[in-house]
Amino acid sequence: MTIAPMPQISGAASAQRAAADGVAEIDVHDVSKAYGAGKFAKTVIRDCSLAIERGKLTVMIGPSGCGKSTLIRLLAGFERPTSGTITIGGKPVTEPGRDRLVLFQETALFPWMTTYDNIMFGPRARMEAGAESRKKAEFLLDKVGLGAFRRRYPTQLSGGMQRRAELARAMINDPKVMILDEPFRGLDAMTKKLMQEYYANLYEETRRTTFFVTTDIDEAIFLADRILVMTNAPARVRAVLEVNLPRPRRLEDVIENDEANLIKMQALSLLHEEAMKSFARGSKAAADFIDAYSKRIRKPS
Amino acid sequence: MRGPGVLAAWTFRVIANTKLRRGVVATAGFIVLWEIASRTGISRIPAPSAVAVTFNDLMRDPSYWFSWYLSTQRVFAGFLAAMLLGIPLGLGMAVSRAFYGTVFPVFEVLRPIPPLAWVPASIIFWPTQEMSIAFVTFLGAFYAVVINVIGGAQAIDVRYYQAARSMGSSSWDIFRRIILPGTLPSIVVGATVGIGIAWAVVVAAEMISGGGSAGSMGGAKGGGLGFFIWNSYVGGSYTQIVVGMISIGIAGYISSALLRKLGELVTPWLREQ
Repeated sequence: MTIAPMPQISGAASAQRAAADGVAEIDVHDVSKAYGAGKFAKTVIRDCSLAIERGKLTVMIGPSGCGKSTLIRLLAGFERPTSGTITIGGKPVTEPGRDRLVLFQETALFPWMTTYDNIMFGPRARMEAGAESRKKAEFLLDKVGLGAFRRRYPTQLSGGMQRRAELARAMINDPKVMILDEPFRGLDAMTKKLMQEYYANLYEETRRTTFFVTTDIDEAIFLADRILVMTNAPARVRAVLEVNLPRPRRLEDVIENDEANLIKMQALSLLHEEAMKSFARGSKAAADFIDAYSKRIRKPS
Repeated sequence: MRGPGVLAAWTFRVIANTKLRRGVVATAGFIVLWEIASRTGISRIPAPSAVAVTFNDLMRDPSYWFSWYLSTQRVFAGFLAAMLLGIPLGLGMAVSRAFYGTVFPVFEVLRPIPPLAWVPASIIFWPTQEMSIAFVTFLGAFYAVVINVIGGAQAIDVRYYQAARSMGSSSWDIFRRIILPGTLPSIVVGATVGIGIAWAVVVAAEMISGGGSAGSMGGAKGGGLGFFIWNSYVGGSYTQIVVGMISIGIAGYISSALLRKLGELVTPWLREQ
C-alpha cells in the first residue's frame, strides 16, 4: 500500500503546527485513556494529540472500534482521560458543560417531552425560559422545519426529524462547539443525504466550530474543512487531510470533483492500511471494514 | 322508545367491533359451558342461572353493597398508603446508592413474607381490626409499587442524564424533569399490579379476621366481600359464594381499568400515534 505524496497530507506531528495557524478551540494534548487495571487494562486511546480550529468543521474518520466514541465522551466531559489534557476555549474539561454540546448516534430526545419542550430544555434548566428564549425556540423550530410538529412527542417524529429536533435543542444553548458522533448513522439513504445537505447549510450559515465523527468517507469529504484520519485502537491521529473545496458545496459536485476523489483515495488507502493491521490481529470489525471499502476504492480519472 | 334504540345501538357496536365481539362470545361460551357442567353434575358449583337469581336478589340488599363499600374502602386506603410511601422510597433507592445499600437488604428480607402471614401479627400490633386489615392490604400493594419504581428509575437511559447535564441541569432539575417522568410509566404499572394484589389480599384478610355479622351495617366490625363469601359458605348459601367471587372479579377489573385510564392520561407520550 503506497500513498502518493500530496501537499494536503501531513503527519500527526505537523498536525499541531497546522493547527497553530488558526485558533484552536479544542486542544487535545497527549491524551490516553485506558479501561480496567493491571493485567486487564485496555488502552483505547494512546498519546493522542489534535487541535480543532475555531469556526472550522473538522471531521474525524477511522476504522470502527478505534476509540472515536471514547474520545467523544472525553471531550463531552462524561469521562476523564487517564493522562493528558483537554481544553476547550482555553479552559480544561473537567465536567459536562454547555459550551460543547454532543449529538450521539442514537437520539437522546426526552421521550416524555414534546418537540417544543425538548428544545426549551436547556433554557429552562438554567432558569432562562423568558420571552427571549421562547422567541429563539420559535426561530429554531422554523429553522429545522418542525414548526408544525412542536406538540408531537419524539416517537411520533421520523428519524430525520428527530435528528433536526436534537440539533435545535443543542443550538438554543448557543454552544461554542458542536460535537457530533455519527449523527446520521441508521437513517435511510435518502434521508441521510438530505440531512447532510441540510447540515452543511446550517454550518455554512453559523460557522460554529464543529467536530464531526463518521465512518462514511463521502460524508466526511462533503462536510469537512479538515479530515483527521485515525489509526486503529489505541487511537491517534494518523494523518490530516485538508479539504479546500469551495462552499457552498453540493453532493453532486463532490462526487465529480477530482480533488475530492483524490482526498477520498488517500483517506481510503490510509484506512485500509489501518484496517489491515487489525485484520491481521483478527478483528471482525476490521474484516467487515475491508470488505466494505476495498470495493469502493477507485482511481480518480 | 329510547330504551330499545339504545339497546340496538349497543348491539350494533358489539357486532361491529371485533375485539368487543370476541370478548362477548368468549364470555357467553364460558357461561354456557359452566351451565352445562353444573346441570349434568360434572361440577358441583351452582349453575350460572341459579347464581343470576341470587345476584338479582342481592342487588336489592343494602348489606351486600355495604360489603362492597367496606372492601373498596380498605383497598383504597391500603393502596393509597402504598403509593404515598412506595413511590418516594423506590425513587430514593434508585437515586441514592447509600440509601439503596441501607434499605434494600431489609426490604428484600421482608418482601418474600406473604402479606397474609402478617395477619396475626398485625391484629396484635394495630389497635383496631380495621387498621390491621388496611395494613395487610397496604403490604400487598407496597412491594409491587416499590419494585416497579426502582426498576423503572434504574432503567432510564444514561444518555438522558448526560444530555441534561450538558445543557446545564442541576441535580434537582434532573430529578424533576428526567427521573420523575422517566419513572412514571413504571409507577403506572406498579399501581395497576399493586391494586390487583390489594384486592386479592383484602379478601383473604377479611376471611381470616372475620368479625361482626355481614348483615349488620352501622358500626360493624369486619365485614367486606371476603367476609361475605366466608359467611355464605358457613351459612351454606353456595350461590352467594359465587356472587361474592364474581363481585371481587368485577371490583378488581374496574380498579385496574380506572388506573390504566389514569395512567394513559399522565403518560401521553406512550399513546399510539
